[in-house]
Amino acid sequence: MPSSFYILALFTIASGFFAMSLRNLVHCALCLALSFLGVAGLFLHLNAGFIAFAQILVYVGAVAILIVFAILLTHNTEEKKGESATNLVLSIPLSAAVAAILLNGAFSTQLALRGTGNTAPSVRELGTALMTSYVVPLEIIGVLLTVALLGAIVLALPERSSPPEAG
Amino acid sequence: MTAVEQVDQVFVTAKRHVVDLAPLEFQPIISVLLSIIPILAVFPLLFAITTILERKGLGRIQNRLGPNRVGPYGILQPVADGLKTLFKESVQPRAAEKVIFFLAPVVLVIPALLAFSVIPYGRNMVPLEMDAALLFFFAVGAGTELAVFMAGWASRNKYSLLGAMRAIAQMLSYEIPLILSAVPVVMLSGTLSPAAIVSAQDTYTATIAHWNVFKPWGFAAFIVFLIAAAAESNRSPFDLPEGESEIIAGYYIEYSGFKFALFFLGEYLGLFAICGLGITLFLGGYTAPFSFLNWIPSWIWFFTKLLALVCFFIWVRGTMPRVRMDQLMNFAWKFMLPMALINILAAAAWRFVPILGFRWSISALIVATGYFALGEGLTQKGQYGKRTYKFAS
Amino acid sequence: MLGTGLIKGLAETAKNFIGSYSDPERLVTVQYPEERLPLKENTRNFPFLVFDGNDSTKGLRCVACKICEKECPPQCIYIVLERDEKGKPQKHPRVFDIDISVCMSCQICVEVCPFDAIKMDQVYELSRFDRFDDLLLKKKDLAKSNDYYRSIHPTEANDVDARLAEEKAKAEAAKAKAAAPAPKPVMAPAAPASPVTTVASQPAPAVASVVAQPALPTPAASVETAKPAAAPPPAESPKV
Repeated sequence: MPSSFYILALFTIASGFFAMSLRNLVHCALCLALSFLGVAGLFLHLNAGFIAFAQILVYVGAVAILIVFAILLTHNTEEKKGESATNLVLSIPLSAAVAAILLNGAFSTQLALRGTGNTAPSVRELGTALMTSYVVPLEIIGVLLTVALLGAIVLALPERSSPPEAG
Repeated sequence: MTAVEQVDQVFVTAKRHVVDLAPLEFQPIISVLLSIIPILAVFPLLFAITTILERKGLGRIQNRLGPNRVGPYGILQPVADGLKTLFKESVQPRAAEKVIFFLAPVVLVIPALLAFSVIPYGRNMVPLEMDAALLFFFAVGAGTELAVFMAGWASRNKYSLLGAMRAIAQMLSYEIPLILSAVPVVMLSGTLSPAAIVSAQDTYTATIAHWNVFKPWGFAAFIVFLIAAAAESNRSPFDLPEGESEIIAGYYIEYSGFKFALFFLGEYLGLFAICGLGITLFLGGYTAPFSFLNWIPSWIWFFTKLLALVCFFIWVRGTMPRVRMDQLMNFAWKFMLPMALINILAAAAWRFVPILGFRWSISALIVATGYFALGEGLTQKGQYGKRTYKFAS
Repeated sequence: MLGTGLIKGLAETAKNFIGSYSDPERLVTVQYPEERLPLKENTRNFPFLVFDGNDSTKGLRCVACKICEKECPPQCIYIVLERDEKGKPQKHPRVFDIDISVCMSCQICVEVCPFDAIKMDQVYELSRFDRFDDLLLKKKDLAKSNDYYRSIHPTEANDVDARLAEEKAKAEAAKAKAAAPAPKPVMAPAAPASPVTTVASQPAPAVASVVAQPALPTPAASVETAKPAAAPPPAESPKV
């Protein structure tokens, strides 16, 4: 593995670590954006340009901004409460479970390593794959996102308890 | 190579000659530098030209003279402006977050400059050939939002924070129609590479070029793209993140001196980049509109179109008043987004209807129906209708 | 239809843009240092002192009565009375300073002056490199001739000149009366004609303007008379 991989990996992990450990929530969000960028860099390193740019577009451009918005629009939480024991008791098994699921997914996948002969698929191949062999998951994700969008709109609609003002 | 082709490719051959002079191990880096340096030289220069054009043009639109003191006809005004901003004191609020406050203008300018790397400026003149270059362009644009947020938040000023929130809400809302308006072009040329999109438009029937803007779906997409581009680059009439009357200057209220100049530069570079993309997608990139004009070098065509588009934005800025926040959001979600989606339908009709006349009429019909229906929906609901008052009649 | 208004607006601004090149009449800009708009006659900004004749110290109308100094709301006027060696007041100021960085151009000094000695000026290019000393105008900066006053406020200056001449004539008549106890009563009707003769010391055009002057008050008078006629309707409105 070339040194660029290690630089990118170190960058990603370090910014991820700071995203967890910094005191100021906005700093954490910005570090998270940096970590997303690092992941995009890793994708680029694997010659997967499309996925890298989609990662930047979706995660840096939308998710990080969404997190920042959530931080700004919710109550100021800079003063920190001490962690209670129940929180700790709940959080350890929960995070262990999530880690187990992710690790299981990572190790059970046949990873195509770089340099093993197969080149990264072009955008055209990606599109063809998405529209033929993976069309059902794609459609399901589309329906899921639409439902989420509708749910957000329903939540955001003003309540119609009082009759609208005569204008 | 004919003489015309030689003039057309003058920069390409010059670069190749220079690269050939260098020793073999330095050739890649020399090649990269020779692509970067012209971008860094040309676009800030274009920024300077645009500021004077904008000030003169706005002046003329308002029946004024515009700046005319520095140099003949005031053409050296940008030099004076630049020197002034360079010599101004850079004030930093005591409460500001030092690092983020400093980084924000940098983070704004870098994506704007990166976006220039995938635009074809002439035949064989793409700095960075990439498979997913169009996606790269939009992905890079996402960095601007983060920079705006950083600037607004780090200033520790409620006006800048409000301005940043407005700017981000606006950019997020208009990014969707912007990307969706590029989708029909991608659908019909079957590629995400700008160079391939341009060469797909580089054919002629009866001397008229096959630019996308000359087709019904392309025209509609171009209009949607222009409006979304104005909103993305915070140009008037969508410049309410920096509304002077209510939030003074929005997210760069606390910036002064060279950092302010960087913000200004970043905003205009973003405008140029998005204009360049619009030219690539809809206006045939570096190609001539008529085949008998093909003897003019391709890069001249590109920059002529770029200047024309920038002048159009200046014209719009001199004409339209700033929209209100709710009008902005209504327009984005109730007109731009559905219009872009309908337009994709029109492009699909164009793609799958075999006969040329049919293809034209069906596509145009879909676009026109969508436009009129959405326009009626916007105007009938009282959103843009006659204003009513509570007490005055 | 959506968008027609936008196109109309774009056409309008395009018309302006092209029109501003083809028709210079459209441009409202005045190229200031090279060309300037003529000032309105009743423009005023800062006070100055009027002197008669040619000598700016002897001809000064100011008698250092200090009424303006006392009335000045921001207290920007500073006056010291001139005294001779024996300490006798000399009826003219030794020091007369106006700090125009403080002055608020209210014209109260002009209104209270019983001698028509202080009037409002029209100079507006007052930028200085020092905001304290350079904006503190001394007596010699403030003293300006009556001719200058006539040139900037002709109508007002004619009024003032006529009044001064009248007063002077009256004073002379009174003096003559006191000197010769048996004057001819015919002198009295001749008094209105006398201003012209006393003003004769002024340049000739002034005489002409004195004659032309009665034409000006008439529109003002008609406005005055029109006002009471227009008054009743607002007075009635509360009843409605």
